[in-house]
Amino acid sequence: MELSANAQALAYLVSAILFILALKGLTHPASARRGNTLGIIGMAIAIIATLMGNEVKSYGFIIAGVAGGAVIGSVLALRIQMTAMPQLVAALHSFVGMAAVLVAIGTFINKQAAGALDAVLMGELSAGIIIGAITFTGSVIAFGKLQGIVSGKPVKFAGQHLLNLLIGLVTIGLGVYFAATGDVTALILMTLLAFVIGITLIIPIGGADMPVIVSMLNSYSGWAAAATGFTLHNNLLIIVGALVGFSGAILSYIMCRAMNRSIINVVFGGFGSETGGGESAAATAHEKGVKSASVEDAVYWMEDANRVIIVPGYGMAVAQAQHALKELMSLLEERGVEVKFAVHPVAGRMPGHMNVLLAEADIPYDHVLEMDEINPEFPSTDVVLVVGANDVVNPAAKEDPSSPIYGMPILEAGKARQVFFLKRSMRPGYSGVDNLLFYQDNCSLIFGDAKDTVEAMVTALKGGGH
Amino acid sequence: MPDTLVALYVFVLACFIGYYVVWGVTPSLHTPLMALTNAISGIVIVGALLVTGLEEVGSLAEWMGFFAVLLASINVFGGFLVTNRMLAMFKKDKKKR
Repeated sequence: MELSANAQALAYLVSAILFILALKGLTHPASARRGNTLGIIGMAIAIIATLMGNEVKSYGFIIAGVAGGAVIGSVLALRIQMTAMPQLVAALHSFVGMAAVLVAIGTFINKQAAGALDAVLMGELSAGIIIGAITFTGSVIAFGKLQGIVSGKPVKFAGQHLLNLLIGLVTIGLGVYFAATGDVTALILMTLLAFVIGITLIIPIGGADMPVIVSMLNSYSGWAAAATGFTLHNNLLIIVGALVGFSGAILSYIMCRAMNRSIINVVFGGFGSETGGGESAAATAHEKGVKSASVEDAVYWMEDANRVIIVPGYGMAVAQAQHALKELMSLLEERGVEVKFAVHPVAGRMPGHMNVLLAEADIPYDHVLEMDEINPEFPSTDVVLVVGANDVVNPAAKEDPSSPIYGMPILEAGKARQVFFLKRSMRPGYSGVDNLLFYQDNCSLIFGDAKDTVEAMVTALKGGGH
Repeated sequence: MPDTLVALYVFVLACFIGYYVVWGVTPSLHTPLMALTNAISGIVIVGALLVTGLEEVGSLAEWMGFFAVLLASINVFGGFLVTNRMLAMFKKDKKKR
């Protein structure tokens, strides 16, 4: 049976609606899985409608490609550790980018053979290739930084932005020249330069800005899909591309707002480079009198508390402390202590990173609160446990106008009766800014690996049944 | 109205839908949101199928199409599966109030 072009277009419309409903499902955890299922149905309809259309005539390569992709994709999805989610997402972005490049070049070859090239089409092809190529190499670098293959430190040199601008202009120029003349050499050069831009755009960005970068590349992968839709005159691709593109753009915006920085500021670097001030601040830490506490002190406080709030950060993910925290939470709840988790929007390496790790540890989502929800509760909280977070609770963001993080919204942990910081060392956070909270009277530091410390607390709670 | 202009209409309107839908997503599900958008941006598979399946193609285009199908399928399968795996972990507190 062959599907007519009109029937195919209608199937694509159904598929587009299902994708919109899929995203809508993520409004609440309770409806989210149904949303995902709708997405799967939408994708199945789109693929079947395409295969049944009259444009697809040979199936050998297609079956091989889908089968290979299904195996690789499934193994990746089932094996991946939740702490490695940012890497997986970055890798998937790169695949979309590369697929878009391949589709554009393949379309060019086919249309050239059919003698159906015109300037508009070639312009659209150029756009698709440029966006796809930047998405590909950019995501590969982001993956490398997240995986630790590429240094997370920003790579900077004089005239960097000028160089990027220059390469960008040459690339666009080549694209325009290609659209006007159909010159294949220009096409190849343009493609290669676009790959280079992806690299030079991402290397100056530091590890702490990863949530923004991952979101931004998410957005790019959408625009790449949309550009492919323009070249193929396929409305489904255009719609989905726009949805994904905007999704990533909004996430980038939310992340930037949570750091009180503009996207321009993040993209053109800034943080992570000014470590000079951080060093001296750490050196003066002892003079200013930082108190340290023992595990027993913290347990004593928490046992008697009415409410304990735990603030997780990237350090919790590194130490894999989420399961131990769940145990701590259960033991405290048995004693009638109310336990909540406070998540800052930029905690971790991608948006929502902490929420997934806590969910993995079986911590119910109604115990995990966002910044705006939980901030009013800190003043009436007895104990705050900061696990592997730093900048997101630094009062300097509110009190010290000269601080680089001034203006960034924070979790107001310092307003609680007592704060315990689980820390490896006195090293400042990613911003390189000294944490004023350390010097507050109600704050003590517990040095050591976060997981070991929390496990020690669990043992103490189990053993000491006063 | 020329095709390209129609496509632009669709694109701009879809941007508005994306804007309003995504603002509604709860922040706790931002990671699943990214995984799900990964999966649905695997929709470039449609373009890849069209390039690969064309009868009168030169072998180079067919190979490019093949790799595009492969990469896009990884996104589709990997994206949906990992989203499902994550969402299955989000549970409400049973014992509560």
